[in-house]
Amino acid sequence: MEEWKFLPFAHTALKNLFSKPVTTSYPFAPAKYPERMRGHVEIDIESCISCGLCARNCPPGAITVDRAAGTWTIQRFDCVQCGNCTNVCPKKCLHIRPGYTEPDCQKHSETFTRPVKPAAPATKPAAPAAQPAAQPAQTPKSDPQ
Amino acid sequence: MAKRSIVPFGPQHPVLPEPVHLDLVLEDEVVVDAVPSIGFVHRGLEKLVETKDFKEYVYIVERVCGICSFGHGLGYCQCLEQIMNVQVPPRAAYLRTIWMEMSRVHSHLLWLGLLADAMGFESLFMESWRLREKILDMFDATTGGRIIFSVNCIGGVLKDMDNGMLMRLSEVTQEIEQDLRPIADTFLWESTVRSRLHGLGILKKEDAILAGAVGPMLRASGVAYDARKLGYAAYNDLEFEPITSEEGDSYARCEVRIKEIFQSLSLIRQAISKIPNGPIQEPVKGNPNGEHFMRIEQPRGEAIYYVKASGGRFIDRFRLRTPTTSNIPPMVQMLKGCQLADVPLLVLTIDPCISCTER
Ligand code: SF4
Ligand code: SF4
Repeated sequence: MEEWKFLPFAHTALKNLFSKPVTTSYPFAPAKYPERMRGHVEIDIESCISCGLCARNCPPGAITVDRAAGTWTIQRFDCVQCGNCTNVCPKKCLHIRPGYTEPDCQKHSETFTRPVKPAAPATKPAAPAAQPAAQPAQTPKSDPQ
Repeated sequence: MAKRSIVPFGPQHPVLPEPVHLDLVLEDEVVVDAVPSIGFVHRGLEKLVETKDFKEYVYIVERVCGICSFGHGLGYCQCLEQIMNVQVPPRAAYLRTIWMEMSRVHSHLLWLGLLADAMGFESLFMESWRLREKILDMFDATTGGRIIFSVNCIGGVLKDMDNGMLMRLSEVTQEIEQDLRPIADTFLWESTVRSRLHGLGILKKEDAILAGAVGPMLRASGVAYDARKLGYAAYNDLEFEPITSEEGDSYARCEVRIKEIFQSLSLIRQAISKIPNGPIQEPVKGNPNGEHFMRIEQPRGEAIYYVKASGGRFIDRFRLRTPTTSNIPPMVQMLKGCQLADVPLLVLTIDPCISCTER
């Protein structure tokens, strides 16, 4: 019954012998990534409203949002590049861009702080200022007692 | 009677890529019985469904397997779409079909490479994986990931392919088809490869049905059963016939898979030529309430998905039966009577994915 072909692989083997390698010489030649490649998450922190939706919808819980401090933190090594955060963000300020996170010996996180709006610093010094004002107000009260 | 001895095989074994353990009962060099045990890489992903939002879980179910990732996402999403009465837009169904077929090409090429590697035919292994790389690059360009695609969502898909991309994909399938010919010839007609595979591990038609074989294993034994014929996604609109072979040996399994690659490549082109325009996602509101059970044809065989939900954010129960689970009993049957030296190759011919069996 034997049906067979004579040396079917010979052509491929010879061709490979005289052609360039298929692989690229990374890291000497930089890796090329397609436009859609999900490599790492980037944030336009100016547009973030600290709603925390991204943190709540991140499957591995890689994002933490601190509304009071206006920070957005990502654990780069916990992120699995699923892209869910970019889909749920109401301000569309998260983007997933090509290029992997560089390897490291330790897990590290990256924190982005929202630039403080001019109105915000005014309220903060106001609070400490109010306290000293309140104390003298109390002392005269206690004095007559 | 010759003296019997038991040889432990796996889970760490130089020629076995998967963490399965077999206790091989030998009489001289002949295997008379094999006792499989799994459970070395259990991850508890099914249980995780109870603590993750049902929309978030799509990203987790994909990670059950690195090869069938698209199919797992698809099966889970389709169950929820049925429960929630969501009609997937036709374009999304076609895109899902295209990605599903790309997964099949990528899985079968991976398997061919592993088979060549198990036989010690290194250059053939490299050639198969060189072709697979083209499909992976296409995945990267269309979905953004090489292995984990994250494009399925409940109600459709997240990313569209524009015309340029579809044309490029169509060209790539033609390139792969051309390059695959000499490789396929080597697998099917090279005398050394043939002599290694021919008549090895015969699984008769009745045995295959009785033991519950699925996928290419079943079809190689002459049963024309393909779950794609159930018509999920856009398979109803595409013309194809299940590929079968009569012999039921390792050669037949190799043949079926090679022919399926060619079939998938032409199915991709067929889907590209028929793809309608329109939206790719249907908005989903509320939480699921109800249960659904469905089957899809993964590259390695039929997989079963079951979802039960009771109106909350979290799903009560999710069950996934992967093809390898059903292919283990036929594998044990096949191993009986073979030579010890053939065991790794035979285990490989079921295209095992033990990690996804254990979820
Ligand atoms: S979802 Fe968007 S806006 Fe909300 S906290 Fe995250 S990045 Fe900021
Ligand atoms: S891409 Fe996925 S894993 Fe990464 S931060 Fe966003 S939601 Fe989390």
